[in-house]
Amino acid sequence: MLALHPQVSVRPEPFGALLYHFGTRRLSFLKDRRLLDVVRRLDGATSVDEALSDVPAGERAAFRSALATLEKTGMLQ
Amino acid sequence: MKLVEHFATGLDAPICLTWELTYACNLACLHCLSSSGRRDPRELSTEECKTVIDELQRMQVFYVNIGGGEPTVRSDFWELVDYATAHQVGVKFSTNGVRIDAAAARRLAASDYVDVQISLDGATAEVNDAVRGAGSFDMALAALQHLADAGFRDAKISVVCTRQNIGQLDLFKELADRYGATLRLTRLRPSGRGADVWDEMHPTMAQQRELYDWLVAHGEGVLTGDSFFHLSAFGSALPGLNLCGAGRVVCLIDPVGDVYACPFAIHDAFLAGNVRTAGFQEVWQRSELFAELREPQSGGACSSCQHYDACQGGCMAAKFFTGLPLDGPDPECVQGYGELALASVTSAPKPTGDHSHRGGVRGGPVPVSIGRHPESRPVSACEENPLAGLTV
Repeated sequence: MLALHPQVSVRPEPFGALLYHFGTRRLSFLKDRRLLDVVRRLDGATSVDEALSDVPAGERAAFRSALATLEKTGMLQ
Repeated sequence: MKLVEHFATGLDAPICLTWELTYACNLACLHCLSSSGRRDPRELSTEECKTVIDELQRMQVFYVNIGGGEPTVRSDFWELVDYATAHQVGVKFSTNGVRIDAAAARRLAASDYVDVQISLDGATAEVNDAVRGAGSFDMALAALQHLADAGFRDAKISVVCTRQNIGQLDLFKELADRYGATLRLTRLRPSGRGADVWDEMHPTMAQQRELYDWLVAHGEGVLTGDSFFHLSAFGSALPGLNLCGAGRVVCLIDPVGDVYACPFAIHDAFLAGNVRTAGFQEVWQRSELFAELREPQSGGACSSCQHYDACQGGCMAAKFFTGLPLDGPDPECVQGYGELALASVTSAPKPTGDHSHRGGVRGGPVPVSIGRHPESRPVSACEENPLAGLTV
């Protein structure tokens, strides 16, 4: 199950959020507040689908691809 | 709204913050951006520094770039580094290497949250020491060797690009590779003592092109601290935000707690407040100066230029300290507009503070000027003085 890497810190900002990985020193930006909600819901959800349940069906593909990028860069694991 | 436009209007807390812990320095580099040398008696105490760190933790400032002066000469330096990393504030610090012995290197290698930047302004002792002082090249390399021996991974070698060292870019890269380090190149600013040597040290137009091409060829493998966005007007944008982050995503806390819009702008015109009187969060979020900087900026004379979107008019501090208007071209504008504008400048503002050593520093750099010795002037054929050419 996908979740935030334990070394990642999340800082909400008006545009979405800043993510900083203390291990890789990498900074990422979540450009949508709703993506921040999804990332937060991953913790405690049983599946990515469950975390995405509030996202309109037509937008889920975009959110999945954003999550995949975050996984590739080590922000999620 | 594009992400970078959000950044231009300011964030709840800076993305990164430069914190100069002391004006004291064992060196006297010719181009020191903070005119460092002597400690200021008003510098923040250990407890005051810890209060700042507590605040940075609450604001979720992920890391601070610690510098000086030479930060490691503060007797509480390691205590503050440990305090910061224990409070979720990562540390990147810049040093000339003076205190990075084998024991310090082992200590650093044992921490996951500290990055080290060793400053070097020449890839050879000859070029480096002329700017940073005799022995400073060997000192920096000894520090890098200690770090490598201790198993510290990915140290940074931080280079200010100058007319004297641009020809050494490949040598710098080789040097970094030799120590398993990453090269970090930044721009020379006419800030602090940098204003005194700007005319002799800032890269020529041809060198700016050389640097741009080199940066494009090396991509993200070389760090730049986003400092060369004015070069983006040569063509495609360089990696990074390509935005002046002053007061928007970056700022400076100086050794006495003054908060400036950026590390290169130590001048009353860019002073937003002091952490002692207001606290850092209050200054960042409510200072009038920062509110102004977060307003939409006018491109002024640059707005009709086709490259304005790429370079955004360049560096605020570089313009200010060369006497140029802030809403006009950068002094190093690659389209040449800066040079034209500089031709009509009659005076430039001086930095507000000066902590330079008053006397000479042992081994310190000695600026030399090239010129003919007055005694050895050849005698002109038209010389009428009967004693011309006679030396007694």
